[in-house]
Amino acid sequence: MSESSRRAAKCEISLSVNGRVTTLQVHAMARLLDVLRHGLGLTGTKEGCGEGECGSCSVLLDGVLVNSCLIPALQANGANIVTIEGLTGESSAQSLQRAFLECGAAQCGICTPGMILAAFHLLSKKPQPSLEEIRERLAGNLCRCTGYMQIVEAVAEVARSGAAR
Amino acid sequence: MNHSNIVGTSVPRLEGRDKISGQARYVDDMELPGMLYGATVRSRIARAKIKQISFGSEINWQEFVIVGPSDIPGTNCIALIDDDQPCLADGVVNHPEEPLLLLAHPDRHLLPKAVEAISVEYDSLPAIFKIEESETLAQVIWGADNTFKTHLIEKGDVDAMWQNADYIVEGEYTTGAQEQLYIENNGMIAQFDAEKGITVWGSLQCPYYIHKALMKLCALPADKVRVVQMETGGAFGGKEEYPSMIAAHAALLAMKSGKPVKIIYDRMEDMAATTKRHPSRTRHRTAVSKDGKILGGEIEFTIDGGAYKTLSPVVLSRGAIHAGGAYYWPNVRIRAKAVATNMPPHGAFRGFGAPQSLFALERHMDRIADVVGISAVEIRRRNFLTTGQTTTTQQMIREKIDLNKLLDRALELSGYHLKKENFAVENRQNGGKKGIGIAAFLHGAGFTGSGERYLGSAVGIEGCADGKVRILVSSTEFGQGTKTVLCQIVAETLGLRYEDVEIAQPDTDQVPNSGPTVASRTVMVVGKLVQSAAIGIRETLKATGKIGDSYAAEDFRRACQAYVLEHGKFQSIAKYEQPDEVVWDEEKYRGSAYAAYAWAVYVAEVTVDPVTYSVSVDDFVALQEVGKVLHPELAKGQIIGGVVQGIGFALYEKVIWENGRMLNGQMTNYIIPTSADLPSIRVHFEELGNIHGAYGAKGIGELPMDGPAPAVVNAIVDAVGVPFNSVPLMPEDIFDSLEDRAARDLHSSARGQGAQEKR
Amino acid sequence: MRAQPAEYELVMPGSLPAVLALLAESPGQWLPIAGGTDVMVQYSAGKLPARKLVSIWNLPELRRIENLADEIQIGAGCTYTDLRESHVINREFALLSTAAGWTGGIANQNRGTLGGNIVNGSPAADSLPALLVYAAELLLVSKRGERRVPYSSFHTDYRKTQLAPDELIRTICVKKQFSEYYAHTRKVGARNAQAISKVCLAALGRLSKGVIEDVRLAMGSVAPVPLRLRKTELVLQGKQIDRLLLNLARAKAAGEVQPIDDIRSTARYRAAVAGNLVAEFLQRLNATGTSR
Repeated sequence: MSESSRRAAKCEISLSVNGRVTTLQVHAMARLLDVLRHGLGLTGTKEGCGEGECGSCSVLLDGVLVNSCLIPALQANGANIVTIEGLTGESSAQSLQRAFLECGAAQCGICTPGMILAAFHLLSKKPQPSLEEIRERLAGNLCRCTGYMQIVEAVAEVARSGAAR
Repeated sequence: MNHSNIVGTSVPRLEGRDKISGQARYVDDMELPGMLYGATVRSRIARAKIKQISFGSEINWQEFVIVGPSDIPGTNCIALIDDDQPCLADGVVNHPEEPLLLLAHPDRHLLPKAVEAISVEYDSLPAIFKIEESETLAQVIWGADNTFKTHLIEKGDVDAMWQNADYIVEGEYTTGAQEQLYIENNGMIAQFDAEKGITVWGSLQCPYYIHKALMKLCALPADKVRVVQMETGGAFGGKEEYPSMIAAHAALLAMKSGKPVKIIYDRMEDMAATTKRHPSRTRHRTAVSKDGKILGGEIEFTIDGGAYKTLSPVVLSRGAIHAGGAYYWPNVRIRAKAVATNMPPHGAFRGFGAPQSLFALERHMDRIADVVGISAVEIRRRNFLTTGQTTTTQQMIREKIDLNKLLDRALELSGYHLKKENFAVENRQNGGKKGIGIAAFLHGAGFTGSGERYLGSAVGIEGCADGKVRILVSSTEFGQGTKTVLCQIVAETLGLRYEDVEIAQPDTDQVPNSGPTVASRTVMVVGKLVQSAAIGIRETLKATGKIGDSYAAEDFRRACQAYVLEHGKFQSIAKYEQPDEVVWDEEKYRGSAYAAYAWAVYVAEVTVDPVTYSVSVDDFVALQEVGKVLHPELAKGQIIGGVVQGIGFALYEKVIWENGRMLNGQMTNYIIPTSADLPSIRVHFEELGNIHGAYGAKGIGELPMDGPAPAVVNAIVDAVGVPFNSVPLMPEDIFDSLEDRAARDLHSSARGQGAQEKR
Repeated sequence: MRAQPAEYELVMPGSLPAVLALLAESPGQWLPIAGGTDVMVQYSAGKLPARKLVSIWNLPELRRIENLADEIQIGAGCTYTDLRESHVINREFALLSTAAGWTGGIANQNRGTLGGNIVNGSPAADSLPALLVYAAELLLVSKRGERRVPYSSFHTDYRKTQLAPDELIRTICVKKQFSEYYAHTRKVGARNAQAISKVCLAALGRLSKGVIEDVRLAMGSVAPVPLRLRKTELVLQGKQIDRLLLNLARAKAAGEVQPIDDIRSTARYRAAVAGNLVAEFLQRLNATGTSR
């Protein structure tokens, strides 16, 4: 059997996803994005580029914003993952999601889950960001529909209302 | 009828909750039992005869479904305007990335290697990649003369007026390809059943385009093909025609395997293989009087259609008709042609020919101003179309549009005059060059000429058992607000609450063909039809006596419930009828090209960095007259989004080609603006109404794409004083031109700078 | 996604000694992967030659910042976010924390590591010019022991380094000797965020009595390796900053760099902008008046 056709055995990983501990048999180099979407059926996290540029695959891993398309499954072993499904329902995210709706921050919606994760992460680190800081810290999430202004407005609105905790 | 205003208010986006919670279902979110994944084997070469296809022995091909041209039950083509584009290349390839074979397998991870394991032997043929190469006819790659289509627009007597010109101003302007870069890649799922036929679900704009294409490809009757649109993550025209190709591929694999098949492109494949904006070249030759009035001119507008006809004739049409812009041309000859090259076919992208020809025109107006010695503002004032004048196609402008006032307002909003003065002073002192530029333009909404009549759009409204009404249209939502606005229109028309109106997901089994979701026609044309159909529902209920001329929303709902209980679900259909005033001569290309025009003036302020030659857009004013703003938040979002794509078109988005292949097909090196790159974009509206649109609305989806590139480039020219005539305009290009000018200045001594100099 | 996960092995020994033992056992067989922001991109594109990977992500020995009396020791496993958030790096080595803020978006900054940036060896990497001007030293570690090498000779050619097949970078050491210097850095990319640099400058300068006492210039994306502009520095030493010197510096820098035409930019542009960046730095240095 040639080197390249040798199959690696799957390994077992255990991780908490949106508060639920799950054990899975996965290939160590499976992408976390695919584990979430196909392994766990959590399709809210999206694939836009597969190269860590668009941010549509953003999730929180141990409270830190990451691009799940660039995380091998084994490195997520033991981690706490929060996806858009987990965020929806969190009171701390509700004002952000409401602001997105009110400000027209979601058009086609494909960048929206990642954008909300990024905004949530931003506000958790900086509850009162300046407009410039919002723009800079969301720059890793690409949107093709909105031109960003209404997204930045939504985040600024939440910061202003002091609803961020 | 007592209701709060729904039209004109920013009601919640209908499907907004699903989008912000991750519940919205896009095609890759769906799986069917027993589903296979499909992949496409593509040509790597631009033009060749296929000698042999070999399957590498390292793959167990028994595991794979393999589809080739011989598996096509019907005609091997993707039916569109012409049938020249094969679904799978058969014997010859005409562009890189042309589909050759299809593979399917239960494990999506095994596909890339299998695709790589197929090798193709070619007898390569000489290929052409540029408009100029196509024109020489050294290689004839399509038809008799590489020409997909020509249009000729003539008005007045162009040949006679040159002698009266005080100035003759010439210019050539080019625009490059642009990738739509919707964040959701293309995808389709197909399922075949001997009884039901083919069903496809996908990311798409035009269900009935796909329906027509599959009928022909699979040799199936209309009721054995079903197309369902799923939530679509951005489109911008990029999902107008190519989804038919992908649906065809998925359908063939589904038919051969007997299993559902999903094809999802990754970003590299999507960028390299699917359509892009047509590259263009526009040549202007204009006769101008000494006080800056356009006496007339010749405009030659040429677009590169790529290897097959696809939609090029229609892009050409719109580009040609918009080539004269918002100005009065007493005499004009517009010669337009779409030519073939061995590039992957170019296609629809927001604006659809108009951004190309309007870029040229608006740059040319600044050039004319320069030659005549008047300002960019003045040259426009002196030539604006006014009510009662006719366009280049001799369409009478009947509405009371005052472009001078629109310009005044844009100048005021942007602080144009003061800035222009200050920049002149600042630029002398500082290294950084600041500039401000204008673009004034129009955009016709709906299909050109008799296009809407040929479409014969039909919409339905259904009365439901729960008392709600449901809109039945093939118009698709892909972020622009189709669902929301159509529901607003119906709710307002019927005096219902916004929540009382639903809209069916576009499914060709359930909705009539209201035409494609393109050409900025949805709110205006389909919206108006939906209004008529709604009135039809009301008339039905009124006829039963269950409601009178005046009623409360609950009365209507109860009446509807009762009616359905008695008679079952009921529908009202409305069909498009061309208004009498919209008269178009398809042969002479003359008359009312569009039922309505939206008008705009954009102002861009830039700084050119002296160290890096990069351009930053510091302020942007987008002022437009749009008939009526039906939903302020959505309308604003459309303008801002379009402006940002236009800024991308001008400054960031360069497709790098090598022998017809896109080299920078990744998000890391095809550059679109991020949130950190943009100023506040200040959006303002005016409303003149529109008798042909629902509640007076005009189409606005594409309008914002036309203005930013010329406004920004005019501003850059204002800043550095070097004429730039191409987009995208990169810092490297600015640097090269400044260096060239510096070298020329160094070596030139006595060079006459005549007023008629070609620059 | 063009790779087959089933064809790849990834192991996570969990401690530095265990990783080093594996590398010693089969040198060159296991590709270390830290945050994955480079490796996983190659992998997804189907372009990763390695089939066996060893995770060095979040190893405590590699992910710490130690503030010693005379130098800072930055663990190679520190992420860009770690650098951005470190008080001592912001205070003493601002060129590094600034560069860290330029590298990708927040999500990639949370995962990409300084060690990964160095070993990846791309001349376009944002942090590397800063390490050159700060005269960083690298602590390389293997089962055989430890060695300390000057960073300036670590890159031997395009994407090639002095790292032995059984070695890892453990620590990046930067001596606290630049507090008197004026520090300046600028990156030129295709856009303001998430851009691979076309040209990048990190610079330190010190004036004394209106004359350049010391100047250190390093650039990215203008040569096969991150480049220290020693020839340009030489003509600037001991000089007064005036218009003549700016033009000389501009020309010298433009001539010293060896840029190429590639998918992102042109050699001509890069050379000119390199010159402009150096001139801009000197103007700002001059504006500080005296040494800081």
